[in-house]
This record gives sequence, structure tokens and C-alpha cells, in this order.
Amino acid sequence: MVDKEIDWAAIASHPKFVELHQAKMRFLVGLWVFGATSYFLLLVGAVSFPDLFNARILGRLNFGYLFCLFQFVLAWAIAIIYTRKSNREFDPLTTELVEMIVKEECQ
Amino acid sequence: MRYMFLPLLMVLIFGASALAADVSAQAAPGGPNAVAVAAAKVPPGLAASPQSPAAAAAKAPVPAPGGKKMQTNRTFTISMFLLIIAATAGIVVWASKSTTTASDYYAAGGGISGIQNGWAIAGDFLSAATFLGITGLMSLFGPDGFMYSVGIIISFLTILLIIAEPCRNAGKYTLGDILAFRSSSRVVRGVAALSAVVVSIFYLLGQMVGAGKLMQLLLGIPYKVSIIGVGALIIVYVALGGMKATTWVQIIKAALLMFTGVVLSAGILWKSGFSLFSFFDSVATSPEIQDHVRGVMKHPVAQPGFDYGQRFLELGLFFKNPLDQVSLGLAWILGAAGLPHVMMRFFTVPNAKEARKSVVASMFLIGLFLIMVSFLGFGAALYVTPQKIMALDKGGNMAGLMIAQYIGGGAGTVTGDLLLAFVCAVAFATILAVVSGLVLASSAAIAHDLYVNVFKKGKADQGTQIKVARVASFFVGAIAIVLGIACENLNIAQLVGLALAVVASANFPVLIFALFWKRFNSAGIIAGLVVGTVVTIGILMVSPNMTYPKKVAADAQKVVLALEKKQSEAGGLSAAELKTLEKAKSDYVLNKDGTSLVGLDAPLFPLKNPGILSVPIGFFVTVAATLLFRNRREEEMFEELFVRQTTGYGVAKAVKH
Repeated sequence: MVDKEIDWAAIASHPKFVELHQAKMRFLVGLWVFGATSYFLLLVGAVSFPDLFNARILGRLNFGYLFCLFQFVLAWAIAIIYTRKSNREFDPLTTELVEMIVKEECQ
Repeated sequence: MRYMFLPLLMVLIFGASALAADVSAQAAPGGPNAVAVAAAKVPPGLAASPQSPAAAAAKAPVPAPGGKKMQTNRTFTISMFLLIIAATAGIVVWASKSTTTASDYYAAGGGISGIQNGWAIAGDFLSAATFLGITGLMSLFGPDGFMYSVGIIISFLTILLIIAEPCRNAGKYTLGDILAFRSSSRVVRGVAALSAVVVSIFYLLGQMVGAGKLMQLLLGIPYKVSIIGVGALIIVYVALGGMKATTWVQIIKAALLMFTGVVLSAGILWKSGFSLFSFFDSVATSPEIQDHVRGVMKHPVAQPGFDYGQRFLELGLFFKNPLDQVSLGLAWILGAAGLPHVMMRFFTVPNAKEARKSVVASMFLIGLFLIMVSFLGFGAALYVTPQKIMALDKGGNMAGLMIAQYIGGGAGTVTGDLLLAFVCAVAFATILAVVSGLVLASSAAIAHDLYVNVFKKGKADQGTQIKVARVASFFVGAIAIVLGIACENLNIAQLVGLALAVVASANFPVLIFALFWKRFNSAGIIAGLVVGTVVTIGILMVSPNMTYPKKVAADAQKVVLALEKKQSEAGGLSAAELKTLEKAKSDYVLNKDGTSLVGLDAPLFPLKNPGILSVPIGFFVTVAATLLFRNRREEEMFEELFVRQTTGYGVAKAVKH
């Protein structure tokens, strides 16, 4: 590797890096757990709670079917939320960090 | 000159196999092909007009097994197929001109934009199994098929939130690059490559078998000829065009598939007077569907007051066991993210931001398509009827094609046949594109990980690397052809499910720990990949997915008893029933002393999906091996990998060449 001079450990423990990493993890893992939970609720509920899932909500459409559709909306919403959060918070922080590393490399 | 010759060659390969099929169909009177031709000559209206009594009468004398074939217009279908082959061959030729370095070959030089890659990822996920399989499942079992679709879209949460950006930042061409970042161990590379090849081949086999069956059913091309034709075409595509061609074939196919989805769902909406409520009302009140649901629920006589039509719109007609559901869910949510051909897609874009953009774009495309597919499924149930769909294929795999023909105006009409031919050709393009991606992923694992990094210790010039990759893609393609022919009678869905379960239990834990866990090391990688894969396959071998002859014999005996009882009571049986009786008797004799492949009388593991057991085992073994064999050097290397995967520092350099 050409970049052996870079002190990776120092960057990894730099407050800015720690801040970015922790903010990202909290946000990403939170969203993932939320999405995954709702998916498993659908999978288990569809078989275990037929009364709720078969309740008719809109005309012939029942709760289970609408829950399936909701999963798509949820996935899209998570995608949009994540994109916005990244563009506003994570990406500028990342750019700062990369600039910092480049500066250190040049020294 | 070479470039003009190639498309010609490809058209020849397929033209010849189509021709061969024609000849064999005519030259074999009495064989199954002759039956298929006879079925095709039945007056128009057989497949898609429930009202025509003439069609129903004409249908009766056609013998059931082996002779079923979609009623197609050969000229339309073959021209559409040739058009698809010509267009994709053109792309391959164009792409091969600019494929000169290893980075071009494996990652299209990192020059694919986020949106383009989004379409290509959508293409990877929307396989023929997704399009035809889910439409079929929904047309027979209602929204349970939709739960598969939900699995696909939810698997993207893992890809988007956890995998895509770190992979783009830390990797180069393959999973092996990320795993071997901290250790220079050649064993790690080797195991990673082997695992990628195994998973890709499982996944690929499912697609190949499906392709062969589809071509057999649509064009009457014999199974073996179809497999060889498809395989040969894909070898040429991948060997010459590399990632750039694969990506563009994938993009075009995804666009064609989206277009098909829009046209067909618009057609269904139009048929139902643009009212979703009246559409679902007619689904629930269709006597054919009600009858079908009664059959699925095994109610010999309708229970008074039970709304069988409404039951079709409810969940749980196909999936019944909540644990099996969770197991399948685990395979989706963890497995899809680690599929080697999907991971490779992230190396084709220049940076993490584009990788993110591509995942988001593909989520919208795939989601929209899957929702449209759900309309196709319900539409096929309503307009084609489950009975007609099952008459052609028990698993419902032809539902998507039958509804296309219906929307176009029915069998025998120009628009109906044209639309059917178009959708068939799109399904064919789908198979070509998905299998190309898989062959590329395996050949990258062999050439980049095994050859360059294990045998040559990373020292091989660009020309050699590409040459080796091309040879590898030839061999992978050849293996796919041989296995495809050998596995003709295997259940396809099982193969894809197996690939996902293996990835969820082996590749996923290893990948996650490699990216995020400081203490992770080579021992963990090797143990995780090997044990995860072996355990998953092992559980599958003792699961209900295998054939248990004693159970087959018991079922056959039930049929024998029921029919003999009927025979003695009613004083005789119809010709068809006598045939069933004969078959059941011979089934019983053949199977009564047999055991499954691993010598079992009954499954040891009760679920069809191994995930719920194999995923925890995979994680446990990976963690245990890591802790048992600590490696300081690899722990020290973590910071560099960690900073790189978080920030993307150094990626730009990897792209420029």
C-alpha cells in the first residue's frame, strides 16, 4: 500500500470520525430494525392472527393485503429519508473527513 | 470484420436450435412433440376464452401430460426472440470494444452512473422466476404470492442501509477483495471464491432450468437444445462483453420488463373499467376462483356461508406455518444482500453516493414492478381462471404469459399473439441477462480471486487477467449447461431459495463482521463460509424439500384405496381413473422400500426453509472461530478498512486506470 504513512488509528479515534460513525450507525440500524420488525410482523401475523389480517378495510381489501402494500410504501419512505439525511448530514461530514485525511497524507 | 461476424453467429446459434425444434416436431409423429403440435392446431380460443364451448370440447381429447403447450404464433415468437438476440448481441459487440482492462471487465471501469446501475440492479432482481413465478403464485393462491414480493423489497433495506456503501468503499471487484483486505491469507481468498461460485451456480441453475422449461413450453424446442443454446449465448456475451455488456443488457431488459408490466396492468385496469374496487369485487365473486379456492382448501362440498371468493383475497392460502415464514423471511432479508452478482453491481459505480442512488432507484423500479405483478396475478386469476392456468402448468408459471395473450385479444388474434410473443421474448431476455450476471460473478471469483490472487499472488498483467476471466466464464457456462441438463426435474424455486439461505447463513455474517468488527479474522471468515454453507445444505438434505419415498408410497396407497373403494361401490372406473389407479399402484411398489437421498424415512427438520436454524449457527460459528483464533495483525488492519469503508477515502484511485 502506498498510504502506509497514514495513521489510520488516529483517524478512527478522531472525534469527527467517531461522531459520523455513531450518528450513522444509530440512524441506519434504527431504520433497519424498524423495517425488519414490520416485515416479520407481517410474516407471522398473516398466519397467526387471521382475524385481524382478514378484517376488511377498503371494500374487498383486507388488512393483510394492505399491510403488504404498506411494506412497499415503508421501504420507499426509508429510502427517501435515508437519502435526505445523507445528503444533509452524512455526506458533508464525510467530505470533511476525507479532506482531513488527504491533508495528513500530504504532510 | 470480427464485429460483424459475431451477431451473425449468435443469430445462427438460435436460429439453428429453433429450426432443429421444428424438424424434430415434424419428424416424430406419436412423440410428445407431435401432441404439442396437435394441441396448437386446435381452433383459436382454446387458451383464453372461457365462454367458448367449442374450445372446451376441443380441449377434452388432448391427452394431459407431456403434450401441454402454450398456443403461440411461431413466426411472431421466433422473430421476437431473434430481435432480442440481435439487440443484445449488438450491445455485446459495442461493449467488447471498450473492454481492455480488468477493471473494465469486472466493473465496467466504474463508469456506470447511479441511475443506470439502479436499472441494472432492478434487472438482477426481476428474474423470470420473479415475473412468471410470482404472477403464477398469485393467480393460484392470492396475496401469499405478494408476500414473496414484500420479501424482495424488504431485502433492499439491508442492501441500502448496511451493504451498498461500505462495499463500494472497501471493495474492488469481488467479495474476496473485502474479506482479504485485512489478511493476506490465500486460504481466505480461495474460500471466498469457492463460496461465490457455489452460491452463483445454485442460483444460476434455477434460472437455467426455468429457461429450458420455458423454451420447451413456448417454442417446442427440446429441453436440452434450449439449455445448450442459452448457455452458449451467455458464454459469448459474458466472455466478450464483460460487465459493461452485462449491465446494459440488464438495463434494457429491465426497461422492457417495466414496459410489459405497465402495458399489461393498464390492460387489466381497462378490462375492469378502471375501477380497482369493482376489479377486486369481480375477483371475489368469480365462480371459477371460488371453486378453485374450495379445491385448495380441500372442502369437497362448499361450506354454507363461507365466502371462498373473499378467502382468495386473504393471506395464508399457500403459507401456513409461521416458523417457516420467519425462516423464509430471514433468508430474504439477509440473503439477498450478499448475493455475489448483486454485490458486484456496486463496484460498477464511481462512489458510495452513486451506489446509494442506484439502490434507491432500483427500489422504486422493483417496487412498482412487483405491485404491477400483483395485478397481473389477480388479473390472470379473474380472466384466465386458475383452472386453465393449472391445466397448462401445475405451478402456475404460465399465468403471466396467458394473461398477456388474453389482454391482447386472445389466442389466435394478431394482437394477442403479438403481445404474447413480446412477453415471451422479454422473459427470454430476462433469463439471458440474469444468467449473464451470474456467470460474470462466478468467473470474476475464479479469475480475480483464485487465479490472480491465489495462484499468481496478485501479479498478473491486464491482458492475462481478462484472458483468464474469459476462459473462466467459458468453463462456468459449460458447467451451467451440463448441470442444467442434469437437473431438469429439480424444483426451481427450491434452488433459488437454497442459494438465498446459504448466503444468509454464510456470506452475510462474514461480510458484516469483516466490515464492522475489529476482532474479526481469517479463522472467522473460513469457518463462517465453510460451516455456514455446509450446515445450510445439510439441513436442506434432511428437510421436507427432499423426496421421501415412504411418504410417496403412503400417498399412492391412499389413492389406491380410495379408487378401489369407488370401483367396488360404483362398479367401475373411467379410463382416466383406471390410469391413475395403475400409476398409484406402481408408485406404491416403486417407493415402499425406498429412503430419501440421505437414507431417511421422514424429514428430520420440519421446515422447508432452513434459515431459522442455519442463520444462527452461521453467526455463532463465525463468532466462535474468531474468538478462538485471535490475530493481532488483522485487528490492527481494521482501522484502515474501517476508515475507508466509512469515508470512501481512496476509492477514486481504485477507479482511475
